[in-house]
Amino acid sequence: MKSMEKSVNILIEKAENEGIELAWDRLKKQEPQCGFGLLGICCRICNMGPCRINPFGDEPKKGVCGATADVIVARNLGRMIAAGAAAHSDHGRDIVHTLLLASQGKARGYEIKDEAKLKVIAAEFKIDTNRDKNDVAKDLAKGVMQEFGMEKGEIQFIKRAPAKRREIWEKLGILPRGIDREIVEMMHRTHIGVDNDYANIILHGLRTSLSDGWGGSMVATELSDILFGTPKPVKSKVNLGVLKEDAVNIIVHGHEPTLSEMIVLASKDPDLIALAKKNGAKGINLSGMCCTGNEILMRKGVPVSGNFLNQEVAIITGAVEAIIVDVQCIMPSLTEIAKCYHTDIISTSPKAKFTGALHMEFHEDKGEDIAKKIVKKAIENFPKRNKEKVLIPDKPVEMYAGFSVEAIVEALGGKLDPLIDAIKAGKIKGIAAVVGCNNPKVKHDQSHVEMTKKLIENDILVLETGCVAIAAAKVGLLVPEASEKAGNGLKSVCKAFGIPPVLHMGSCVDISRILVAVSAIANALGVDISDLPVAGAAPEWMSEKAVSIGTYVIASGVFTVLGTVPPVLGSAEVVDLLTNGAEGLIGAKFAVEVDPIKGADLMIDHIKAKRKGLGL
Amino acid sequence: MKGIFIDIEKCIGCKSCEIYCAVSHSASKQIFSAIFEDPLPAERVKVESYNAFSIPIQCRHCEEAPCVDACPSGALSKETETGIVAMDQGRCIGCWMCAMVCPFGAIIPKMDSKVIIKCDRCPDLDEPACVNACPTNALLFGELSEVMKKSRKKAAQITISAIKKEISIGGLI
Repeated sequence: MKSMEKSVNILIEKAENEGIELAWDRLKKQEPQCGFGLLGICCRICNMGPCRINPFGDEPKKGVCGATADVIVARNLGRMIAAGAAAHSDHGRDIVHTLLLASQGKARGYEIKDEAKLKVIAAEFKIDTNRDKNDVAKDLAKGVMQEFGMEKGEIQFIKRAPAKRREIWEKLGILPRGIDREIVEMMHRTHIGVDNDYANIILHGLRTSLSDGWGGSMVATELSDILFGTPKPVKSKVNLGVLKEDAVNIIVHGHEPTLSEMIVLASKDPDLIALAKKNGAKGINLSGMCCTGNEILMRKGVPVSGNFLNQEVAIITGAVEAIIVDVQCIMPSLTEIAKCYHTDIISTSPKAKFTGALHMEFHEDKGEDIAKKIVKKAIENFPKRNKEKVLIPDKPVEMYAGFSVEAIVEALGGKLDPLIDAIKAGKIKGIAAVVGCNNPKVKHDQSHVEMTKKLIENDILVLETGCVAIAAAKVGLLVPEASEKAGNGLKSVCKAFGIPPVLHMGSCVDISRILVAVSAIANALGVDISDLPVAGAAPEWMSEKAVSIGTYVIASGVFTVLGTVPPVLGSAEVVDLLTNGAEGLIGAKFAVEVDPIKGADLMIDHIKAKRKGLGL
Repeated sequence: MKGIFIDIEKCIGCKSCEIYCAVSHSASKQIFSAIFEDPLPAERVKVESYNAFSIPIQCRHCEEAPCVDACPSGALSKETETGIVAMDQGRCIGCWMCAMVCPFGAIIPKMDSKVIIKCDRCPDLDEPACVNACPTNALLFGELSEVMKKSRKKAAQITISAIKKEISIGGLI
């Protein structure tokens, strides 16, 4: 079995019978994967190369320029962090742009949904908030834009971190100065012949990642809340069973909320619903996939059809009229697979085109109209569906999402104290942030689910985002009743407040919410984040974004377990710095553990040790 | 008789054969742990290049193996059943005579253990690790007669196509 999800395994078999190749098949064809790549000791940075280091101690021990394995591994890792930070931050930039257009009345359909949050954030930027909301929003958007290319000083949201944490960053010289600047500087430093000290490169990697977590990602989260509303607990459904045999099934897949919010509106348009009926369907059934799915799940309760490894098999159901994609984690294989069915792959971002896709470019200023056109296109595709090829093998599972920091505080009765008290009393032993992707090198969703279960059994409250949260939702861990699977302490807290033991906090940029939450707890206790009984994990990670996330999480003081091996093992020095030396520098480090249960054990041990440190 | 054959047109010099040869001769058989073993595992195949081309070179397990003739201690022998030139580590005295006479330089003296190492064709695997690891199928493992048959078929296709002009001349190059 390649997946934990019943329908995925059934659809994999269907694909096999139909001669359709999926990610698992392609992985098999890649194996064994390039050893130099796996170990991070291939350097393609200049054209004296490509160079490789012999991992078995023999020659060559240096690249043409003289770079050792340490320098090569550090440079490669630095560039992965930069790419990941760039992806999150460019997403953030789009949200700022949309906020500006909305405040100027230039983006029909978009408006300030959370004025209270607008005022809070604007006040952080020292903007006069006693004005019309659009004026405030305009100044805020312009203020945040400055954060991207800022010349001096530090980015605004970094001030939310506990004082002790900021002191560590200042001492190490890694306070992020500008969201784009750190990424650009990483590209500069890793150019041939610039930063030739592995530790110095890694330090800048920490800084670059912080410009993501406390910069680009946090901007994306906070400004999306202002534009689309701050999430509140919401009930929904998950897995491929959310697809309906008798409706026009539209999946939005990718990462940003700007387009998907408009698609949600369009899918409720009476004229379009009438058109769907005219075309023989009972209605329009919208679902989300990956993080754009999480965005509209969190704010609108739109059902989720799956996470990263669900995208190809969704087409195999034969019941999907259109997959509308924006950016990030969208497999290029989709258009090829879609050729075997009636499914339209509709690309919408000028940044992300797909050979063989239908491109209907999205622009915020005409968002509503374009969304309607896209939905209309999907509806018109419904009569082309071949009913004989339709297979929706499973029933959906109920779930709750929408746990923004604001929503958690509200659920706890207006303040964080009950959570802090529960931690102090030992009812909740600690908090774990389990985040990240899917990776066909791991059985789909298995590591996410096994680790999450083990953690809640041990009275650890689990905060999740992205593909992990969807995985946990599929096995019924995101409902209040799941507290029955938790230890007695966590169970009692969940029951008292009516919350699930695993809280869905949003998309991958929303890991910034977790930073805000742990900062608030650390501030309330007057300690640093690294003193808290908190641990992180990315059990099935695969993307460069995950590398940036993991790095800003440890740079923020949270011990983090990686469940797939990062391409760094070729340098013993870099490995030692990341899994050992980092502790002395930033009070947190990485561990690599492919077994999710052993990974959870590492987190539990860490949480126990931190409790001891706090005298709990 | 089975052997490892090389399609020189397909070798891109990626050295994946070297990496997975060493991994397959490690204690853990796993790349992420093999690189931390003591002693470090070593590869028995080396990719060499000439002009713009590269070629993996390992023991050819010669029918008339000069290394076997040169070995004074009886450490090297030609196995009749498998056809491989086998090495008995206990008997090797590290005189490097075999390395000296090997026309391919495929015998590797190991100074730390004072014995030679060479391709053993991965007796525990269905297919040698180097062949399995080659991403372009430049390395083939199979019966000599089958490989020769394949080569003849290819030659026939090229020759006939050229004469009959069924495909463009570009297909030849």
